[in-house]
Amino acid sequence: MNAVEMKGITKRFPGIVANDRVNLTVKQGEIHALLGENGAGKSTLMNILFGLYQPDEGEIFIREKKTEITGPNIAGELGIGMVHQHFMLVDPFTVTENIILGSEPTQNGMIDQRKAEKEVQAISDRYGLKVDPRAKIRDISVGMQQRVEILKTLYRGADILIFDEPTAVLAPKEIDELIVIMENLVKEGKTIIFITHKLKEIMRICDAVTIIRQGKFIGRVDVADTDESRLASMMVGRDVSFTVDKKPAQPKETVLSIRNLRVKNSRGVDAVRGLDMEIKAGEIVGLAGVDGNGQSELIEAITGLKSAHKGEIVLNGKAITNLKPKAITHRGVGHIPEDRHRRGLVLDFSIGENMVLQTFDQKPFAKGWTLQYPQIFKHAKRLIKEFDVRTPDIHTPARALSGGNQQKGIIAREVDRDPDFLIAAQPTRGLDVGAIEGIHRRLIEQRDKGKAILLMSLELEEVWQLADRIAVIYEGKIAGWVDPATTTEEEIGLLMAGGQVGTEVSS
Amino acid sequence: MINSLTDILATTILYMTPLLLTAMGGLFSERSGVVNIGLEGLMTIGAFTAVITTLETHNPWLGLIAAMIAGMLFSIPHAVASITFKADQVVSGVAINFLALGVAVYLVKALYEGAGQTPDVQEVLRKMPIPGLEKIPVIGPALFDVFPTTYLAFIIVFIGYFVLYRTPFGMRLRAVGEHPQAAETMGVNVYRMRYTGVIISGALAGLGGASLSIAIGSQFSESTIAGQGFIALAALIFGKWHPFGALGASAFFGFAVALALKGQLIGLTNYVPSEALSMLPYILTILALAGFVGRAEAPAAIGKPFETGGR
Repeated sequence: MNAVEMKGITKRFPGIVANDRVNLTVKQGEIHALLGENGAGKSTLMNILFGLYQPDEGEIFIREKKTEITGPNIAGELGIGMVHQHFMLVDPFTVTENIILGSEPTQNGMIDQRKAEKEVQAISDRYGLKVDPRAKIRDISVGMQQRVEILKTLYRGADILIFDEPTAVLAPKEIDELIVIMENLVKEGKTIIFITHKLKEIMRICDAVTIIRQGKFIGRVDVADTDESRLASMMVGRDVSFTVDKKPAQPKETVLSIRNLRVKNSRGVDAVRGLDMEIKAGEIVGLAGVDGNGQSELIEAITGLKSAHKGEIVLNGKAITNLKPKAITHRGVGHIPEDRHRRGLVLDFSIGENMVLQTFDQKPFAKGWTLQYPQIFKHAKRLIKEFDVRTPDIHTPARALSGGNQQKGIIAREVDRDPDFLIAAQPTRGLDVGAIEGIHRRLIEQRDKGKAILLMSLELEEVWQLADRIAVIYEGKIAGWVDPATTTEEEIGLLMAGGQVGTEVSS
Repeated sequence: MINSLTDILATTILYMTPLLLTAMGGLFSERSGVVNIGLEGLMTIGAFTAVITTLETHNPWLGLIAAMIAGMLFSIPHAVASITFKADQVVSGVAINFLALGVAVYLVKALYEGAGQTPDVQEVLRKMPIPGLEKIPVIGPALFDVFPTTYLAFIIVFIGYFVLYRTPFGMRLRAVGEHPQAAETMGVNVYRMRYTGVIISGALAGLGGASLSIAIGSQFSESTIAGQGFIALAALIFGKWHPFGALGASAFFGFAVALALKGQLIGLTNYVPSEALSMLPYILTILALAGFVGRAEAPAAIGKPFETGGR
């Protein structure tokens, strides 16, 4: 039986056709991947299935019965639940409160807290979704927050579950746990639609794939009959290379050295606890680790966004510890920030203006008190062309660009300033294979030009492919250095979890 | 000395009442995610309506009810502008303030041959002593021989707490103020919750205004409210958007007024000029509204218009 069948779905937004006659057929009890690049229209299609949008054309059948899904309520009644990519959780509420919101068990008009907690516990035990029903969302890990999202749908009796890019925010170990959960759910008779652009995950757990590209239906294939590169070319529309082409690194003099660095996190607790590190010109040092082990604080301290209360950061022989971010930037640090929306771009400024966020007050972009827009735009046009940023023009607000093109813009800006040391934090987060390929190539190119690069990524795969040396961070310290050419997943995994491994790699 | 303490305490309770009622109103609006800087105007219209109704019907209780209804009606434009049309909530609230004051003052002039104020209401609300309790030294006269609106204010604090933190309605209201998209995906009607929050704020602010014009005072003029709505908003912020916080903060502001009025009883004015004491609530209000206090505790989605299916 088909759990879901969407036929010829078309959805138009002002100026864009987000879905153009898209078909989706999902069989009962399968894990079905919905594959497409960012902006291909996956989320639109799923928002239609979940009742948040109404299609302009097309028909939807749930369990072979034609239906109109006019709101999330109706979707809920039909047993459709969505695990959102950007978690739909109320931070100050408890786990239980988030799960029962909108369908609260009551007694005499009051919320029956005890009954609610019991029910949550029961579902959590049944599907192996470990949560603390009384903990507040803001106090629990990302992995647990996601389990709460799944529980929300199960609590409402959903048996068709939409997972919107669920692995994007998870560490490798959490991804493994999620996969076990998904397999459990299918065993219990649930059907899963898995939105993703990660081919490995599709090959690993999915039964079938529907591919859409630029809003159009490309095809439906069984996973057993395909492979990663075929999926990739269907998704992107051209052949894609997966391996990063690079020559061995030729490291030269030390560019950045960090000694005994200590940095507090936003709650006032030491997140970086006496960290030492050296990065040389012409090498990429990969920083691997489970999210929340001090990676963000380390990068914020290097870039001056957070102050270090102990230790020293030296760039090209001069201390830059706790200088103003602007001073650090001008001494030769480039930063591709982890959160490109919050720190990489001013979203409401044009992409052209975003190209001079650090240099707007210098010649030739400024003369005395005034900005020289002709110069700024000339500069922006050059960068956009050189780095292939796809934008209608330079006056388009950064917000309107796709994630990949926003990231290309940031990289263009940072690389063009020609810094000696470049930080790339999660540079390909949320991007699709086509864009990832391009960004990886840029980073290698910068390395070969003799830049020192620190690559922080929660994707172990990415660190592995790009880095010349890997530093594993655990609880604010480098737990060990490994050589990507010889290390194993077990070795890194052990270091990431705080275990001890003997080998030091010298370079 | 005991008498002076009683006097100061009684004055505190007296002046905190309109603040508390209005702050509780603001609580419902802001917890649902809608900034309500129009509380001042809603109080104004409540104070005006209470006086007019009581003058006409000779029944202050009808005056209270009419004030609540007027407050609800005047809050609707704010709700429509900021929820349905996603206008800037501060601008819309300010518009309510001007509109309410303009309408009230105009109607006073129109009804009373160009006078700047209404005639005195004879049938104002009277203090209601609670037999027995009022005899307790110091706190008896201050707490248990007060206007009915004061009892009402305290009861509303407890009801408000119960509704917000113990009922599905309250949980949904708070969820809508923190993360409306999350609430929507759970089937909560964000628009309806926000409208409800704003309209409740109109009712309670109207009541707050009435407590000034037909209990503490006995007429309405342009200067009846004189910034009390803004002080109530500040009390809400100082009180961290919580009913008991609002209670404490209103008491604190009431105390500041009491010090200004009764400071000489305890010799305070020998050290601080009474004008400085009078300024105290307003200075605290500026600090609160300018964001020096309490912003971190605000509902996360406050002031942000909600769009279905947005992120």
